[in-house]
Amino acid sequence: MDVLDALDGNAIGGLLHEVFGTEMTGAGSVCGHCGDARPVAELVVYLQAPGTVVRCRTCANVLMAFVRAHGRTCVDLQGLAALG
Amino acid sequence: MARAALRGRLTWQVARVSAVSGETAAVKTITLDMPDWPEHQAGQHLDVRLTAEDGYVAERSYSIASAPGEPVAITVERLDDGEVSPYLTDELRPGDDLELRGPIGGYFVWGPGDGGPLLLLAGGSGIVPLRAILRHRERTGSEVPVRLLYSSRSLDDVIYQGELGRPAAGVEVIHTLTRHQPAGWAGYARRVDAALLGEVAWPAAAMPLAYVCGPTSFVEAASQALVQAGYPPLRVKTERFGATGGT
Repeated sequence: MDVLDALDGNAIGGLLHEVFGTEMTGAGSVCGHCGDARPVAELVVYLQAPGTVVRCRTCANVLMAFVRAHGRTCVDLQGLAALG
Repeated sequence: MARAALRGRLTWQVARVSAVSGETAAVKTITLDMPDWPEHQAGQHLDVRLTAEDGYVAERSYSIASAPGEPVAITVERLDDGEVSPYLTDELRPGDDLELRGPIGGYFVWGPGDGGPLLLLAGGSGIVPLRAILRHRERTGSEVPVRLLYSSRSLDDVIYQGELGRPAAGVEVIHTLTRHQPAGWAGYARRVDAALLGEVAWPAAAMPLAYVCGPTSFVEAASQALVQAGYPPLRVKTERFGATGGT
């Protein structure tokens, strides 16, 4: 799996809308590791992982992870310094 | 009131298929009758959900192929190992129901107020949201100049071939065929790279707005070449389809 197999934040617009209750692909994000700032739509997204993993395009730090099970979505945003 | 309050939420709804038409051997456009659909923006997509008899659920996101105000349509490329696309392209018939939600996305969108000049770069089925943008431009009477560079494997793989052959005033359509070219082909026959963009793209000084959509490798190569050519990164909007789809 390399970055050329990855999708981008556009692909999870529906999931993000479900979680945050609003359109998020145009929102800004800041990586908690390297400080890279870019729109959510431009982040690196892997759907093939167990769950959905969103990584920084500059340093590959995991910014967000979403796991769905039993009708719930577990959300991990620890890799982000800022969102919105 | 309750209905209005729910507008902001994204809810699954059932659409009825009103038409299915072939674009290429592997690509079909599916037109949907949507009773309760907020008008979309050009470039947005929708999620399709298929549920098997045993309860297994598969969701996929598809770009909306039609302009705002037109009946909602998606254009789907059949992926041989896909879970969803073979059903949509091979099984679905007019009158069938399809579960979906949308419209989705607010980044890879264009409206006349965003201006231009526009540079649209499509790889394979990445043409779909860009076609919505072209139709929206024409329907709104926008005179923003447009150059579309569309990379396909062969002429038989070109989606919307007839429509793109009759571009609106102010729109230039440039094809490159990367794998097979018909006899006498006078157009480009190579991958989109810095050299090709140097011949085709608006100069950065014109402050163009670029939309790049297609397989991830295509989007990476094309968007990096534009930034190296002086396009500000914030004026290069990208949407990646992964490793699938051909250019």
